[in-house]
Amino acid sequence: MKTDILLKGAIGALALTLALPAAPAQAEDSVYVPLFTYRTGPFAGSGTPIANGMHDYLTMLNERDGGIGGVKLIVDECETGYDTKKGLECYDAVKPKNPVIVNPWSTGITLSLIPKASVDKIPILSMAYGLSASAKGDVFPWIFNPPATYWDGLSEILKYAGGGSIDALKGKTIGYLYFDAAFGREALPFFQSLAKEVGFNLKLYPVAPADMQNQSSKWLDIRRDNPDLLVMYGWGAMNPTAIKEAVKAEFPMDKFVSIWWPNDPDAAAAGDGAKGFKELNWHSAGANFPALADIQKLVVDAGKSKTPKDEIGQVLYNRGVYNSMLIAEAIAEAQKITGKKVVTGEDVRRGLENLNIDDARLKAIGLGGFVGPVKTSCADHNSHSATFVQQWDGAKWVKVSDAIAPDSAKVMPLLDEAAKAYAEKNAGWPARAEPCDNK
Amino acid sequence: MFYREAGEYKTTYAADMAIFPIRQDRYGVALILIVAFLVIPAFGNQFFLNTMMIPFLILSLAAIGLNLLTGYTGLLSLGTGAFMGVGAYACYKLETIFPEVNILVWIIASGLVSALIGVLFGLPSLRIKGFYLAVATLAAQFFLQWCFARVPWLVNYNDSGAIEVPTQTLFGLPVTGPTATPATRYLVTLTIAAAMAWIASNIVHGRIGRMWMAVRDMDIAAELIGIRLLRAKLLAFAVSSFYVGVAGAMMVFLWFGAAEPEAFNIDLSFQILFMIIIGGLGSILGAFLGAAVIHLMPIALRAVPAMVGLSIDAARIDQLTLMITGALIIAFLIVEPHGLARLWQTVKQKLRVWPFPY
Repeated sequence: MKTDILLKGAIGALALTLALPAAPAQAEDSVYVPLFTYRTGPFAGSGTPIANGMHDYLTMLNERDGGIGGVKLIVDECETGYDTKKGLECYDAVKPKNPVIVNPWSTGITLSLIPKASVDKIPILSMAYGLSASAKGDVFPWIFNPPATYWDGLSEILKYAGGGSIDALKGKTIGYLYFDAAFGREALPFFQSLAKEVGFNLKLYPVAPADMQNQSSKWLDIRRDNPDLLVMYGWGAMNPTAIKEAVKAEFPMDKFVSIWWPNDPDAAAAGDGAKGFKELNWHSAGANFPALADIQKLVVDAGKSKTPKDEIGQVLYNRGVYNSMLIAEAIAEAQKITGKKVVTGEDVRRGLENLNIDDARLKAIGLGGFVGPVKTSCADHNSHSATFVQQWDGAKWVKVSDAIAPDSAKVMPLLDEAAKAYAEKNAGWPARAEPCDNK
Repeated sequence: MFYREAGEYKTTYAADMAIFPIRQDRYGVALILIVAFLVIPAFGNQFFLNTMMIPFLILSLAAIGLNLLTGYTGLLSLGTGAFMGVGAYACYKLETIFPEVNILVWIIASGLVSALIGVLFGLPSLRIKGFYLAVATLAAQFFLQWCFARVPWLVNYNDSGAIEVPTQTLFGLPVTGPTATPATRYLVTLTIAAAMAWIASNIVHGRIGRMWMAVRDMDIAAELIGIRLLRAKLLAFAVSSFYVGVAGAMMVFLWFGAAEPEAFNIDLSFQILFMIIIGGLGSILGAFLGAAVIHLMPIALRAVPAMVGLSIDAARIDQLTLMITGALIIAFLIVEPHGLARLWQTVKQKLRVWPFPY
């Protein structure tokens, strides 16, 4: 009796669990694009508009053009909750379905996936997040982080604050309010080396993930130190909290500049006091683009999306659209290079390496004037694009600067060094064996 | 009528005191081991091994560790996550300083480091009890996690503050790093987990286990019959932290492949504590059952709608999973407040007298 039950139980459980992850049958002419998203948890505030933007653009391509190059896209969301454990679970769940690209949307998950990419032959697109050093294509052939790294972004903020030159900040006090995990710390070594080189006084205000909504003690310090410039690298609930605290502490908004992640509601939540808050961005806010109009018509109005009415055009929604635009262009480029219709992860890696999205191409896909050009190569997986500063006027973002190029002279040597150090620390890091298409 | 000891004669004291006195039980355990060692690695696919079995075994091992402390010795600890972190960071440091030594040696050695730290934080346990001790271990949780985030030496001055796992081999096969196959990592995990579960079972059934249980049930009485409380409690902290530390090292090296300090936060401590509460305090089997409920049930729940052809979007499934898991936990605890292990005992007792209950 007992053994019988055990045996049956074991066989039953085994059969059930082995059957669980079986992929749904896939159509012949389709490309599988998993999207790692988070609509739950403490980061849902930032994650949801991005998830909507990514999902809607790819769905729009399916509806309007029947996919890319006549091949339908299978868009599949996997909920990570910004949690590394769940991210790995998502990765293992999608891997048997032959994904052509993975977007981790978390620096922590990206770090865990970087060593796997070359083994599993699945390229990783960590769009303007993740490991800055992965911009070096000769060391990280499978990792892509266009259009700018966190180090580029920092140099752009400092250049803006220094009126065009970082060296003008000599002797100033600069505060760095950051999310104290892999993401916020990513910019730290570059910031510290700049402080030494240029000679400004760097004050650090780390915000632990558990204390995102409890920053009052940090703001006491900020008020005491009264920095001449406060740089913020925040995510999720940290951004609206920081802006609210800044208003409460009467910190002058014109000295408060953030990296590209705060969304419209983050600033709006702080009320009128948030007027004048600035952040970097590289694409337009607003919905006056043909591609976004198509999304509105074919996807949102047709009830094929969870996007709320006013979300299209918000900064992070458009960020999601931009991310999907890169995916779509990489797949299109891969089709062009290989001549195949149904491309694989290896083909899309080549596509990502040969991106050349200029103004004419942007116009052709209905995003003319949405964003500056992006061009990648085998050595440069990032394109180190220029960004601009936008300011919150109480209701919308207003562009207040021209394009600011990163300070390559300062970023590049450190980037080379970091890539080399990563390869050295991870003994047995494979040398690049992938052939190059654009020598 | 098939599951009973009638007709099984015991001729030695050893047989009489065996952990599994009934023959059917021994066959059952042997069968589980055969399935675990031979069938699963041969037929399990990557998702099953990577996402279900490896984490399940590692979490079970951590739950056994906490159960030795909380379930057997009665010392409530909320620092499990941090002690797992100690194991992981110790293993990373040892591995990067002496890369030529086999990784398995370092996984076990990192347990010793964790045991040392555990003893240190266990010292107050002689004076403070119950919830107050829980608060003291909470301090360990926050202090150690702070160390992981703030002491750059622990991560070899890595810019991102994360630890990364290099490729290491065993008998020529890679066991850690991206090139290690799931089956290899599963077998290594299973071997360590099975061996350590066997050792734990022997510890708790022997003199030390009885000593711990005497301390748990009434420490003054235990002291009166000649048990030295300080040594008993510190030993419990040491052995428990050893188990937890090994589990932590395995979590990073055989499962995650890279880790941030956030991986060892208070949520992990609570998760392991829930495992032993649901599985059964003071039971090795309970640790496995609890880990299965807390780790495997959400994954199964997520997979069910897809299996029956329902398409529910990812975020909603996640929220549903949370709600259903919560409801099931409450239901389990109402049906059997002493945990699943006790439920299993009851079922076994019923089976023994079936079909003529008396």
